[in-house]
Amino acid sequence: MLLLTTAVIAILGYLAGTRRALALSGGRSSNMHSRPGYYGSFVAVWAGLPALLVLAIWLIVSPAVINNVVRNDFPADALAESAATQSLNFGMIEGIARGLNALSAEETAQAERNPDELRALMGSRGVAIAGEPQPYMVKAAVDLNRLRALNGWATAFIVTLIALIGGFVSYRMIKPRFRARNRVEHVILGSLIVASSIAILTTVGIVASMLTEATQFFHAVPAWEFFFGTVWDPRFAAAGSGGSEGQFGLIPLLLGTLYIGFVAMLFAVPVGLFSAIYMAEYASPRLRAIVKPLLEVLAGIPTIVYGFFALTTVGPFLRDISAQIAGLTTGNYTSFIQAQSVLTAGFVMGIMLIPYVSSLSDDIITAVPRAMRDGSLGLGATRSETVKRVILPAALPGIVGAILMTASRAIGETMIVVLAAGVAARMQLNPFEPMTTVTVKIVNQLTGDLEFTSPQTLVAFALGITLFAITLCLNIYALYIVRKYREQYE
Amino acid sequence: MSQVVTPSATPAAARPRVRRDIGIKRRYAAERRFRAYGIAAILFGLVFLFMLLTSVVSKGYTAFQQTMITVPIEFSEQVIDPNKERATNPQKLLTANYPVLARNAVAKVLGVAENDRTKMREVGQMLSDSVRAQLRDLVVANPSIIGTTQSVRLLAAGDLDSAFKGQIDLDVTESNRKISDQQVGWMKQMAEAGTLAKHFNTGIFVNGASSRPEAAGVGVALIGSFYMMLIVLVLALPIGVAASIYLEEFAPKNRFTDLIEVNINNLAAVPSIVYGLLGLAVFINFMGLPRSASLIGGLVLTLMTLPTIIIATRAALKAVPPSIRAAALGLGASKMQTIFHHVLPLAMPGILTGTIIGLAHALGETAPLLLIGMVAFVANYPTTPLDPSTALPVQIYMWANEAERAFVERTSGAIIILLLFLIAMNVGAILLRRRFERRW
Repeated sequence: MLLLTTAVIAILGYLAGTRRALALSGGRSSNMHSRPGYYGSFVAVWAGLPALLVLAIWLIVSPAVINNVVRNDFPADALAESAATQSLNFGMIEGIARGLNALSAEETAQAERNPDELRALMGSRGVAIAGEPQPYMVKAAVDLNRLRALNGWATAFIVTLIALIGGFVSYRMIKPRFRARNRVEHVILGSLIVASSIAILTTVGIVASMLTEATQFFHAVPAWEFFFGTVWDPRFAAAGSGGSEGQFGLIPLLLGTLYIGFVAMLFAVPVGLFSAIYMAEYASPRLRAIVKPLLEVLAGIPTIVYGFFALTTVGPFLRDISAQIAGLTTGNYTSFIQAQSVLTAGFVMGIMLIPYVSSLSDDIITAVPRAMRDGSLGLGATRSETVKRVILPAALPGIVGAILMTASRAIGETMIVVLAAGVAARMQLNPFEPMTTVTVKIVNQLTGDLEFTSPQTLVAFALGITLFAITLCLNIYALYIVRKYREQYE
Repeated sequence: MSQVVTPSATPAAARPRVRRDIGIKRRYAAERRFRAYGIAAILFGLVFLFMLLTSVVSKGYTAFQQTMITVPIEFSEQVIDPNKERATNPQKLLTANYPVLARNAVAKVLGVAENDRTKMREVGQMLSDSVRAQLRDLVVANPSIIGTTQSVRLLAAGDLDSAFKGQIDLDVTESNRKISDQQVGWMKQMAEAGTLAKHFNTGIFVNGASSRPEAAGVGVALIGSFYMMLIVLVLALPIGVAASIYLEEFAPKNRFTDLIEVNINNLAAVPSIVYGLLGLAVFINFMGLPRSASLIGGLVLTLMTLPTIIIATRAALKAVPPSIRAAALGLGASKMQTIFHHVLPLAMPGILTGTIIGLAHALGETAPLLLIGMVAFVANYPTTPLDPSTALPVQIYMWANEAERAFVERTSGAIIILLLFLIAMNVGAILLRRRFERRW
């Protein structure tokens, strides 16, 4: 509503500013420094921007102020209670305040007199209240409602006032010599800078949010137990008990992640590399134009689809075929590959990663200078010898970079492993058994009801920051290699 | 190699000129082998692409058909409202025993006596539980049909549906399958009479979550995904374009812009689940926005797509030749005017292509949404982005975890819908590029 008012004022300002500029120019627009639209925009910016800024700050600050004021009126015994109880009480007051809005004035007065009936009264209006309200709560709720209403009006008044003042002042500033365009362009430039710093803010947000939650976790569980523990057994504690009897060992998860990633790379790297070589060195342009997009479709398919494919097709297939093999060799038809296993997850993930390897290495192979290729062919080497002896050694750093980037994808991949790798955190080396990964455990710990105090929940952030750190290192190193490699041939 | 000289044919030592063996045969064989590896690798990739798609389609195409039973239902007043209190008690029509109506109607068609309890129960099992809601809505919308007989199309139960589509192996002994011989017999009987038939399944597009596969649909998920895509488009496109204009056209080459560069490249490679953690910690825990809301999903996906859009936009801006800029500047346009009036419109096709591809990625993303509580059982349509909702890929995840056979079919059906959306978006992007791409 308020946004709309501000927008209307800004639009009106734009129209008025344009009109005034036209009038001042006296029919010859060259009299003015800028074109009329810029004067209009200038007024609109002045009307809108300060008002919106004030609105934003107000919206952030005012709830805290109101809560403080209400809290100051609490009786001493309520203030003496623990922080958790207080926040619970405050939640109740909020509930009562919401309920009071549904009541008539008369009923409110009655409720203030005897708060015991309040709960039943509100229950009849469809507002459920968690506990039995105490007298001071009703008073606080009434205060809360009053302050909020007041706050709403004050915000509306002040923001509208600022918008009007801004519009009026800037309107008065319009003169033929006034450089409206430059002013407006400064504002635009500012907004461009703000937009590009959002990228930085995201990174800061990721690191900060995960660090704060993870430090909380490390208060409950010592860091070395997390990083070097070999048993993963979080033992979901009952809500609120906050017990940390569980064991949070990172090692089995990390091992599972790396193992599954390794199996995936075992499939993805040869296949991706060979198809890249074929497409870069052998394929005709027409074949390339068909096959390259088709392979890239593999990268466009959502990972959940791969997960489902692994769960319903690949897993059962591997299980059945292993039962056949076991039956033929030993006569005992029990499958030695389980439906959810390292192999299933790794294999399907490998398929997903083929296009990453192939298109990245394709770029790198084609970037090797023509002269090197021609020189080798001219000396009588066959194409494959050229590839093996000249191109691959020249492209090796770039390819290693590409493989590292792909590996970081494999480590961070979630949906395939959630559906296909299993949930048992074990340390073993049999690829036919299920293992679990860091990402699976993040999902497991954070789906369902959660509270931000138990280590069972917070461990997900510790896992997350580990994952972030690993992939970040891999990526930075890979980018560094690729960049270095490009410079070499440019 | 015109003539192969073999020692047995000619006494080699006698000839002065010996062809030096440079292993040409071996080398050509290696060449052929190397080539074959390349072809094999490409085939491997393509075969699995094909297998993946056929496996999904063959499992899922049946989800677009639904077994329905069309029977004349007698809306008998005795069952719905035996004591004639519907005028005074509006609850009466809502709580009446509607399944009995449907069951009796089907029993009548099958010729089962109403007092045969075991058989009646089996008849009841052939119908979906959702007939209660279906008939209730009919009666509540139009109470005057009480006492009349109407022909109504009822949903068959999930197991019957699977059996009718041939997905349940009927050769297994009766006790080991979910549908009895008696029911199979009735099914065949009704199918021959034409009362039981497959119809196009509109339910999968409009229904919300349901624990009964036959009544479950992706309606809520589609709306949730739509809201999220809208939020991503509205936020990520302007911010992404603004950021890339600054970085490409204005930014001085210094430490700070270098940092932003490296940052964006890294953000593009951060695992998506990390964005989920960010959303959970910042939007839900810190800002206190409601869980499961598509607003948060949209914000998280926005942050995730931003790097993609920025990278695509910068490439598009770079592709605009400097002569355009020079011409505009030479005619007295300011730098800002040059960019917004000339460079940006020319780069627009490239920007939009990148945006659509980024959106397609965001549409298929699941992991971050799991963490911010989109894994929710939502049966009602969300009306605003703040209402709890779910998303198409999350719905797929939830169904993939269900055990029933009928849900496998639903999951594949939902995947087909998702893939169709993705194909449409990507084809749109390709067409856009074909239509507007200019080579300078």
